[in-house]
Amino acid sequence: MSAEKKNLILAFESSCDETSVAVVEDGHIILSNIVATQVNSHKRFGGVVPEVASRHHIEQITSCVQDAMTEANVSYDDLDAVAVTYGPGLVGALLVGVSAAKAIAFAHELPLIPVNHMAGHIFAARYESEISYPSMALLVSGGHTELVYMPEEGQFEIIGETRDDAAGEAYDKVGRVLGMTYPSGKEIDELAHTGKDTFNFPRAMIKDDNYDFSFSGLKSAFINTVHHADQLGETLDRADLATSFQQSVVDVLAEKTLRACHEYDIKQLILAGGVAANKGLRARLEADMEKMDTVEFIKAPIKLCGDNAAMIGAAGYVEFLKGQRAGLDLNADPSLEFDWIA
Amino acid sequence: MKILAIDTSNIPLSVAVLEDKTLLATMTTNIKKNHSITLMPAIADVMKLAGVKPAELDRIIVAQGPGSFTGLRIGVATAKTLAFALDCELVGVSSLELLAAGISDDKTDIVPLFDARRNHVFSGLYRNSNELINELPDQHRDLVAWLTELKERNQSQIFVGTDVDLFKPQIIDILGEQAYFPAPFLNVPQAFILGLIGKDKEPVEQETFIPNYLRLTQAESQWLETHSDKDHNTYVEKI
Ligand SMILES: Nc1ncnc2c1ncn2[C@@H]1O[C@H](COP(=O)(O)OP(=O)(O)OP(=O)(O)O)[C@@H](O)[C@H]1O
Ligand SMILES: [Mg+2]
Repeated sequence: MSAEKKNLILAFESSCDETSVAVVEDGHIILSNIVATQVNSHKRFGGVVPEVASRHHIEQITSCVQDAMTEANVSYDDLDAVAVTYGPGLVGALLVGVSAAKAIAFAHELPLIPVNHMAGHIFAARYESEISYPSMALLVSGGHTELVYMPEEGQFEIIGETRDDAAGEAYDKVGRVLGMTYPSGKEIDELAHTGKDTFNFPRAMIKDDNYDFSFSGLKSAFINTVHHADQLGETLDRADLATSFQQSVVDVLAEKTLRACHEYDIKQLILAGGVAANKGLRARLEADMEKMDTVEFIKAPIKLCGDNAAMIGAAGYVEFLKGQRAGLDLNADPSLEFDWIA
Repeated sequence: MKILAIDTSNIPLSVAVLEDKTLLATMTTNIKKNHSITLMPAIADVMKLAGVKPAELDRIIVAQGPGSFTGLRIGVATAKTLAFALDCELVGVSSLELLAAGISDDKTDIVPLFDARRNHVFSGLYRNSNELINELPDQHRDLVAWLTELKERNQSQIFVGTDVDLFKPQIIDILGEQAYFPAPFLNVPQAFILGLIGKDKEPVEQETFIPNYLRLTQAESQWLETHSDKDHNTYVEKI
């Protein structure tokens, strides 16, 4: 009796400032997940510089493939497909991963699977639990903040999104004002657990009858508060500032997400994206969702919230089963988006 | 030796498959279409026409720069990953040398050049007597300063490249009768020639192979004005 053949996908991610290559088995087992992060480089500039990012990706790409294959202990013959992020993201950065993935697909006659980076973020949750449909995802990252309804596997419909800054972007901008190095989400998160919500920053759009968000008002309120104090020669309590900011972000995200969970007939709520690593947000949704026993709450594992290729492999596996294939003319699509709900 | 040669340094794209010194198949385009769309299908087509399977390749040769940063990265990422995945040799050739190699006149300086915007060029100086010699290294230069330097050599000089037309008035203005221009077909880089040049070069280490941009990014040069590049944490780390 021979064991059933396992599906092995070699996955690529290079949409922003991480070069990552993974080998994923059956869409939910990580055999390797190599992540080369460029944060130390971009810290110099206070944010990701696209041309610098692209240059680092090409330095790292084959070394990451090598490590991923070695750590997973697989050869090209073992692979069933190559999956790659083709958008959204920085075009020059995406192109390195796309070119490399196409080269390997061509060299070893493997099917090429195009993956939407945001679907990837959602499928990081697949390493926590199986996903059952219909489900809802709160996707919070450096470039996106959106609620995504998934009626069935492989279908994504936006029901609401930020009208200005993404939550992660707000964290990073506010962090800069506090003199933190880029990216500052994690540091603010930690600081936020030591202070009190004394500033009462605005909770934009929290009562609006839609699922959209806005964080630029909060960001401005925060910056104005700090600058005003600076002018008066006062120093504000950093921990209280962080707590107040985080409380505002978490309140809005949680309240609107909860409303969506009541409104839609769903089996699961998935929390994913870089900001899903936020301890305050995880705890808050955890507590809120406990009261909703019809909806299961799944959090992407903290280690897989940031950009990585394992999540691309998980999303790629679903596309693979659906027969989704890209030609060798696959191009990067920097502004790729899910459709809005009909 | 079965060779795949690739150039995507600028708007022209050229791919060729060679068996030693013999051309088997080639394709060259000179249209404004993304190389990311065109390159891999072109490689697949040219290899199919040549009857060469990926696994049969012994060497991949790529034009390594200078040129358009994105174009270079598409060519280099593709060549580097192909060579890695097929475990075959990888060779980088100057994109300017590739243009110079098309000129066989041994009496003149050969000056290949690419537009680098704001009246700057990527250029270098070559001579072709028996073998191609690089006399002044590839560099990123203000056009006027470069032409003025060339003027002082008092040599006849032939300017080659698809961007030469753009700069012809300035070239003639500064160099007068010292400047020559080749037959138009020599301005478009041909991967066949790339294959011929790269055939005899030493293979590189694949993992660390990157384009020769010949320019720091703007962000980095600004940063370096006020910072030192020494004693920093590694910029990229595997976590
Ligand atoms: N614990 C945390 N709390 C809040 N924000 C965090 C935390 N950890 C990381 N972040 C934020 O997550 C963001 C990075 O997430 P991610 O890597 O998913 O974004 P991205 O890939 O740049 O954008 P996108 O996925 O939208 O294209 C950064 O803005 C960072 O500050
Ligand atoms: Mg991301």
